Amino acid sequence: MKKELRLLKGNEAIAEAAIRAGADAYFGYPITPQSEVLEYLMMEKPEERTGMVVLQAESELGAINMVFGAAGAGRRVITSSSSPGISLFQEGISYIASAELPCVLVNVVRGGPGLGTIQPSQADYFQATKGGGHGDYHLLVLAPASVQEMADFVPLGFDLAFKYRNPVMILTDGLIGQMMEKVELFEQIPRATEFDQDWVATGKTPDRERNIITSLDLQAVQMEKRNLRLQEKYRKMQAEVRFEEIACEDAEYLIIAYGSSARVCQKTIQQARDKGIKAGLLRPVTLYPFPTKAIQVLTEKVKGILSVEMNAGQMVEDVRLAVNGKIPVEHYGRFGGMVHSPNEVLEALEEKIVKP
Amino acid sequence: MSIHVKSMDVKDIIKKENLVYKKSPLMTDNVLSYCPGCGHGTVHNIIAEVIEELGIQSQTIAVAPVGCSVLAYEFVDIDWLQAAHGRAPAVATGLKRVMPDKYIFTYQGDGDLAAIGTGETIHACNRGEHITIIFINNGIYGMTGGQMAPTTLAGMVSSTSPYGRDVSTMGNPMKITELVAQLPGTYYVTRQAVHKPSNVRKTKRAIRKAFENQTLKKGVSLVEVVSNCNSGWKMSPVKSNKWMEENMFSFYPLGDIKVDGELVK
Repeated sequence: MKKELRLLKGNEAIAEAAIRAGADAYFGYPITPQSEVLEYLMMEKPEERTGMVVLQAESELGAINMVFGAAGAGRRVITSSSSPGISLFQEGISYIASAELPCVLVNVVRGGPGLGTIQPSQADYFQATKGGGHGDYHLLVLAPASVQEMADFVPLGFDLAFKYRNPVMILTDGLIGQMMEKVELFEQIPRATEFDQDWVATGKTPDRERNIITSLDLQAVQMEKRNLRLQEKYRKMQAEVRFEEIACEDAEYLIIAYGSSARVCQKTIQQARDKGIKAGLLRPVTLYPFPTKAIQVLTEKVKGILSVEMNAGQMVEDVRLAVNGKIPVEHYGRFGGMVHSPNEVLEALEEKIVKP
Repeated sequence: MSIHVKSMDVKDIIKKENLVYKKSPLMTDNVLSYCPGCGHGTVHNIIAEVIEELGIQSQTIAVAPVGCSVLAYEFVDIDWLQAAHGRAPAVATGLKRVMPDKYIFTYQGDGDLAAIGTGETIHACNRGEHITIIFINNGIYGMTGGQMAPTTLAGMVSSTSPYGRDVSTMGNPMKITELVAQLPGTYYVTRQAVHKPSNVRKTKRAIRKAFENQTLKKGVSLVEVVSNCNSGWKMSPVKSNKWMEENMFSFYPLGDIKVDGELVK
């Protein structure tokens, strides 16, 4: 079969992949640096291509609740935003997680806090991996490191969202969102025509009880049961852990980085090895579930770990929990919209991990 | 006392031929969570009757709000989504856009629709979503214990306006129904009540029309029902209905505001 290769921005790849993944609807609101998702979708007329609905909402509050509605009907729904907009999503995401609705959420992260900046960042790691809104819940979080993965993680996200009836977040950043790369596009997946899952709110037929999509249990004992069910689901979701190991076989020092930062660190690994420092890179592909076991295996082999993130030190906390004090773990990263260079990471590796 | 009653056993009275009222078969047997005297139960029953009469139970999906009617899904035997506070019109938009031929309605109170959900309400109306909005306006936050609502009348006492609503600092009561009637996306906008049988009949006609309009795909049909809140207003049910007639109806006059896309002169 002939490969379909395209040169696309990361944001455009998300949009094209949404159409091809057989999405039924996209609801979104413009915000830099992810507005190309909505622009591309509007330009492509997905209604004509597949029948997919695309609507520009009045706000992120509107968008995420339109997602709630369409997801409640069992449809494949996707939305995207960037950090300040994702903060506005949080109320809706908490409801979606509690009501156990599947959907794909894309966060093209920019520097914060507050209105912050429009340049890339990884400062929303805590928000994405620890829940984000109120209550005990988790998203399944995918972290693409290339435009190719931006495209591929959309259908993967839908599959996982429906497998666990849980919101899936693609946590990327303004760098990958705006970067153009060659993408091999997957073939069009037909939109589903049957929505006969037993939980969907599509109109009560005589053969079943009415379906109620709600996040409310007024009785605490019922709410505890719902929470226990969610926690059991999160335990099962641990099986979905994905990661990539680069030059880890003989590594003495380990860098852990995801997304854009992992791309930068790949160069650092080469530079370190040129200097005789045996460095390896572990790239978490899922941030929740986190590759705790993979880190624990490598902890037995390496002398120290540097967690390299475009934030002030967030993922490093999960790395430290995995390592449990057995070897030194440090953080390095530029933030507030700044991206570290391979040289800066190498210096940090030498100063914080190799030298002491 | 019971000697005379014996010949009039209650079992003798409950007979088919003596039936003057029954709840809609689409009302569940769950005990209503509303206060005795409240209008919510009546409106629920009207909606259930309309859905049954139109034969659209399998085609109808409702969105419940946050407020007293948060548990509306317990009472009407159709599919429901329970939305975050104020977001019901956005949830209904999501439902309608992926199921354009289904009947989608929201059921919202005044705090939900006219305060925290103002943006969702106005924009769903402005986009002309082909949905029905049932808006219960009792001028107060009932569920949380009688706080001031966007629709609380000037001078009206609530737990957060204990000396009466001072419009100079607390703002004015909002006529959101008149406001959305100005938008081209609304097709039918009316204000009704359910405190008397004649009003119940008018409200039922209005709600039926609001549902039937969805097949026309000409925009939002909004039915406001001005209702009492005897608990929140700290009155007996009878007194609260009288107070409503004397005070609420002069500011929120009953009747059609927009019919078939045309403002009523």
